[in-house]
Amino acid sequence: MISRAQTVLLVLLVLASLIMGVMLFRMRERAHQRLLTGQDSAPTQAPAVTAPVQATLMVANDDDNSLRGQLYSLPLPADPGARARAVLGKLLDLYAAQDSNHPIAGGAASVAQVFLLPAEGAGSKPGSAGGAAAELAVVNLKGSFVVSHPSGLETETLTVLSICGTLHANLPRVTQVRFLVDGEVRPSLAGHADLTRTYLTSDAVPVDPNTP
Amino acid sequence: MHWTRWGAAGHGPAAAAILLVAGASVSAGFAQQAPPAPAAQPARFVVVIDAAHGGDDTGGHLNDGQLEKTANLAFSVRLRSLLSARGIQVVTTREADQSLVPDQRAEVADHARAQACISLHAAETGSGVHLFVSSLAPSSAARFMPWKTAQSGWVTRSLGLAGVLNSALTHAGTTVTLGRTALPGIDSMACPAVVIELAPERDADKKTISEPDDAKYQATIAATLAGAILEWRADEGRTAARQP
Repeated sequence: MISRAQTVLLVLLVLASLIMGVMLFRMRERAHQRLLTGQDSAPTQAPAVTAPVQATLMVANDDDNSLRGQLYSLPLPADPGARARAVLGKLLDLYAAQDSNHPIAGGAASVAQVFLLPAEGAGSKPGSAGGAAAELAVVNLKGSFVVSHPSGLETETLTVLSICGTLHANLPRVTQVRFLVDGEVRPSLAGHADLTRTYLTSDAVPVDPNTP
Repeated sequence: MHWTRWGAAGHGPAAAAILLVAGASVSAGFAQQAPPAPAAQPARFVVVIDAAHGGDDTGGHLNDGQLEKTANLAFSVRLRSLLSARGIQVVTTREADQSLVPDQRAEVADHARAQACISLHAAETGSGVHLFVSSLAPSSAARFMPWKTAQSGWVTRSLGLAGVLNSALTHAGTTVTLGRTALPGIDSMACPAVVIELAPERDADKKTISEPDDAKYQATIAATLAGAILEWRADEGRTAARQP
């Protein structure tokens, strides 16, 4: 038999539980409202929209082993390193497209960084940079891009030359290009194109399909 | 710095060459009285065939799953047989599935003092045959050349050899693309050197007809190349005959 005191205690506990449940529900509602209010009133700044500029991409074509300059209107950052990465990203996006004549998986995310350094030795005298100091671009590619790159002398050479040509077309002070893969020197791109050497951007002139 | 030497090998032949040059100098004054020498082919004509990759270096994977190193070796054997049958001395860099570094390939070519060096590759992309010549800028050949740029003294003749191969392949109806590239092995070769990359044979709709390891496709291309090399030998003979 339950005593009167125990019954009263049980009723009080049930009441307390109900009151606490109601309070928790109301506190949750208030916190949610506070969160929404905070989001609305957060001091946000609209991103500065860069005006699109003309960028020249040297696009490779496996069918005739050629590089052809194509003009694109792209919003490019002012910082030269970020600009170089952006144009290379667009170039590799073209190669990742389904109807590409130079198919390579990966796209823009395949370029980890592009560093610009003062150039030394052969090719350090810029031809069209108005006497400004020539630069060496160090392109750090991601390992996933190299692993998925098709193997072959033609396709690998075209990839390297199209990157060199695109960099020089948009940053004329870049006269030399070196490649890293995940931050390290790698012997070749996919078994053929030599990645240990410094490429001169003058090597990336459009290939005339009629002459070797 | 590593240097490569071309020309007479060893002191004996070198001395003989000096004597010959001296003899020619002495007899130069009588050259107008002597009858003109008949046009003759060079005494020796050697072709080096380099099947790329091998051993641990498998090269690329072809579309049918085969390894590039295997296709290259099979193509090398076919071309060697056809050239040998035409009386041309052939030196190969490898006859089995063995690993060679680029310097070893160049050493074989430079020791052979060849009139044509052919490096064979295969690719899964593109179509027909891709011909490549070293992207080094031409320079005059010297007795001693820097190892890494030895090919610079031969680039002009390499372009000539690529032209002959291109003509023959195009005449045979093969799609040919031409280019320049940097390959460590080729850049160290002191001979007219061309890289031949065999790509899939495709029709007008880009559908693959034959893969690079297809025996019939390889045999057709090898026969065309053998004919072109015979023509190159004749060109070399005419060039040699024109030289005093």
